Amino acid sequence: MPSRCLGSALVRIGCLTFALLASVAWLTTQVDAEESSLLPDEQRWIEEFESARIAGIAKAMPSTVMVFVPGGGGGGSGVLISEDGYALTNFHVSSPAGTYMRCGLSDGKVYDAVVVGIDPVGDLALIQLLGREDFSTAEFVPSRSVQVGDWCFAIGNPFLLATNLQPTVTAGIISGVRRYQYPSGTLLEYGNCFQTDASINPGNSGGPLYDNDGDLIGIIGRASFEKRGRVNVGVGYAISGDQAQNFLGCLHSGRVVDHATLGATVGTDEDGSVRVTNILSSSDAYRRGLRYGDEILEIDGQVIQTANDVQNILATFPSSWRIPITYRQEGTSVETLVRLASVHRGSELLEKMKSALPPPPPAPPKPPASPESDDASPESPEDSNAKSSPDEPEQSQPDNSKKAMKDAAGEPVPEIAVNQIEVREGYANYYYNQLQQTKFIERLRRQFEEATTDDSVWKINGTAIPVADNQQPSEFQLTIGEGQFEFKIGNDVERLSRGDELLRVVDEQRDAGILACLSALQRMLAIGPKQFGDTYYWGTMPLSGKRPLRDTVIGIHSDLETRFLHHPESERLEVIESIAGTDTDPAELWFGTDNGGIPSTMQLRYGTTTVLNLQIDDWSVEQAGQPQAPDAPINGDAS
Amino acid sequence: MSRTPNLEQENFRPRHADLGTSSWLKILLGCIAWSILACLTPNSLSAQPSMARPSDQAQPKMVKVYGAGGLSGLEAYQSGFLVSPAGHIATAWSYVLDVDPVVILHDGRRFESKIVGFEPALELAVLKIEADDLSFFPIPETNSISWGDPVLAVSNLFGIATGNEPASVMQGRVAAKTKLDARRGTFQTPYRGEVLLLDLVANNPGAAGGALINPEGEFLGMLGKELRDRKTGVWLNYAIPADVLRQPIGDIIAGRKTTLPDESNPVLPREKSHSPTSLGIGLIPDVLENTPAYIDFIEKESAADRVDLRPDDLIVLVNGRRVSHQRAFRDLLRRIDRRDQVALVVQRDNEILDLVLRP
Repeated sequence: MPSRCLGSALVRIGCLTFALLASVAWLTTQVDAEESSLLPDEQRWIEEFESARIAGIAKAMPSTVMVFVPGGGGGGSGVLISEDGYALTNFHVSSPAGTYMRCGLSDGKVYDAVVVGIDPVGDLALIQLLGREDFSTAEFVPSRSVQVGDWCFAIGNPFLLATNLQPTVTAGIISGVRRYQYPSGTLLEYGNCFQTDASINPGNSGGPLYDNDGDLIGIIGRASFEKRGRVNVGVGYAISGDQAQNFLGCLHSGRVVDHATLGATVGTDEDGSVRVTNILSSSDAYRRGLRYGDEILEIDGQVIQTANDVQNILATFPSSWRIPITYRQEGTSVETLVRLASVHRGSELLEKMKSALPPPPPAPPKPPASPESDDASPESPEDSNAKSSPDEPEQSQPDNSKKAMKDAAGEPVPEIAVNQIEVREGYANYYYNQLQQTKFIERLRRQFEEATTDDSVWKINGTAIPVADNQQPSEFQLTIGEGQFEFKIGNDVERLSRGDELLRVVDEQRDAGILACLSALQRMLAIGPKQFGDTYYWGTMPLSGKRPLRDTVIGIHSDLETRFLHHPESERLEVIESIAGTDTDPAELWFGTDNGGIPSTMQLRYGTTTVLNLQIDDWSVEQAGQPQAPDAPINGDAS
Repeated sequence: MSRTPNLEQENFRPRHADLGTSSWLKILLGCIAWSILACLTPNSLSAQPSMARPSDQAQPKMVKVYGAGGLSGLEAYQSGFLVSPAGHIATAWSYVLDVDPVVILHDGRRFESKIVGFEPALELAVLKIEADDLSFFPIPETNSISWGDPVLAVSNLFGIATGNEPASVMQGRVAAKTKLDARRGTFQTPYRGEVLLLDLVANNPGAAGGALINPEGEFLGMLGKELRDRKTGVWLNYAIPADVLRQPIGDIIAGRKTTLPDESNPVLPREKSHSPTSLGIGLIPDVLENTPAYIDFIEKESAADRVDLRPDDLIVLVNGRRVSHQRAFRDLLRRIDRRDQVALVVQRDNEILDLVLRP
């Protein structure tokens, strides 16, 4: 019995011990499991986060450009935005290079590149990498949605370290939005820009700031430095992608682009409202009724809360844009459209730009010229010809002068780049303006194919639809051609023959302003941009404050400036604006069309008022000197 | 842009999280609960987080402080954060507060502020604006942060966020928890307690007085003034932990510490009140509007001499009240009966001394 008891007790103890050990073992396992259970979850999060970032970086890396100024005179970064090699960088990166530079990509290849257009105030430059049509590109995302705290990363060429063509990646978060950075020196101004704590150093300039998915949100351009020399202190700035896209069309024009101003100053009142403290009576804002003391409520659909907001938003627009503005005057809200003026007048921008440019980098000493290699020596006669080229006729010595082009190091520029450089006063690269002018006239002639002849007289008939209560419908007839312009509406006839008369009717905002617009159209179709007058592709701008941005060509003839606005997709001429001076509203002729060809309606507007609304029944073309020839109707329904 | 605002707390639970109990029952329950949660939790919860949510949450609690400075590289701005719904603001004590500073809230509202009190040993000051129903940071009693933890530093650095613009937010991690051993110029700083060293560049003009928060938006500490390591001269990026700040901030708000002249304490006739001369203190010549209360000489066998006050000592407090300049010092002494003792706090080189002068 005792032995049985003992045995039983031993069994019980054994069982208990086993149970205890098993419990301990199980619990230990569970404790371990719980301890490590945090890790897999955390680890999974880290893995997913890092995987997303790695994928984003892999996606973004091929579009990053490393810019090198020939001769070791500096450089920076850039980002490709189109497959045919257009890339954005900073003006202060491209400027030491002049028109030609070399750019490396992460694929290990170096490409020749030329400057396309520059925005010296906003510190942007558009360049084109040459030699391929299938470059990897970065995609813009709407940068207005970027928030403080979003993850981001910068890829670039800090300290110009990427001589092995492998750019540097630095990551961080968006530290601030809606930042305004005062002009440094005389020109550069950063409005509505991003601030990031991703490490930004000299050489990152012009490079891309990506979101965590590898999409483009901004162009890096500036940093705050303090106490540590010019080394990152966690505060870098990027021009917002939205601003860059606003300027992109203008940069494609090969021009030196200016920024916009309202023509009024504002201040924050004691009650927190933003009020006009000064306004130019010649500004379009004044013509639209804005006065001293009015409260600014919205600009381009963005709510204004401080005076800083006004400057921030205006700084993101090119000059001449027409944008919606809402203001409150004596308790009444007014919504209107305002044409923004240029910050700089005339050649002021070019002069400031020259003074802001750094001195040219020292060119390396030249090896003594060998007798065999005298084709591009500095002493060759072609060189002196190249320097005096801007004012010479376009076709004189086309190739010889270009062959003598020198880069920042004093070496000859490669032919592939020379072919895409056209030096002209006031332009970053006139070659690209010419490209756009050619596209413009081809588009215009395609739309008005049937009305395009060298010597033609247009006869446009139809009905004038009343635009005011006291008007009756009436017939109208327009005759344009042979230096005669006639507008007959009802019993009223206006005949003009001279350029100054066209200028006067626009200046006085009369119905006959339609003649100025149509005569400019006819002249452009007949003789093209090269002979029209001083003609240039301006860039892109919204039409009446609305997008998409329209391609705009400006021609000046007889002191009358004419703007042709084309829709980017339909390629249809939508509006002609004739501008008699900066202190009056231009005549705007709006075309409507049913089939994309000859217009079927026309509206004439001054400011925000429609003065004519015409339904076209017949648009016929007669040969000049044959007034009695039968009409040759060209719109479908009249045949 | 794709973003996933979900930022679950467990995502950021630090690795050193304490199991917290030896109770098997709790462990068992914890295990079961976690298993159930793990099964139910969708994958999206562990997707990449955005720091936008805590950044956004912190903004209404941050203020921009504008005051003295603006010359010779001295910036006239710094940062601060709200610590009560009634408009109490904690910030770094600096020359910026030599005048009554202007405070701008996140929404652009602008207030004149008064200095309620300050703690010289921590270089902490508390301001007050006349506003209520404000968002504020509760200051936690304990400090559970450890090295390696992710943090956000929110501040008005470089003064780039004016008006209603959001304060700057920088991300990084706690690099170390250590005792501060720093100097400003050649002087060692008064505070030598624990600080959080950061791997982000918090050491920028205007960042002092900013808030250090965790990814849940909770307050962890106050960004300190620009300092260098005492031995190496390296610029320090650091924050004073919340638990160190809690009591002094609470004391100042509760009125247990004040530096404001008490208007109920009237000025006494000259023959009945103290003066620097009666205490045996000779001050440096009062040539500026705000000449600091530096001692030039001490009369032998005076009250000042008996407590070993010395030339070059800077008088910081008189009976707990702030001495911003010599005029304030004389004014405060005029309110103390000649028969009463005078409590002084002085700064001598890098030390803060409490001294009681008996008549």
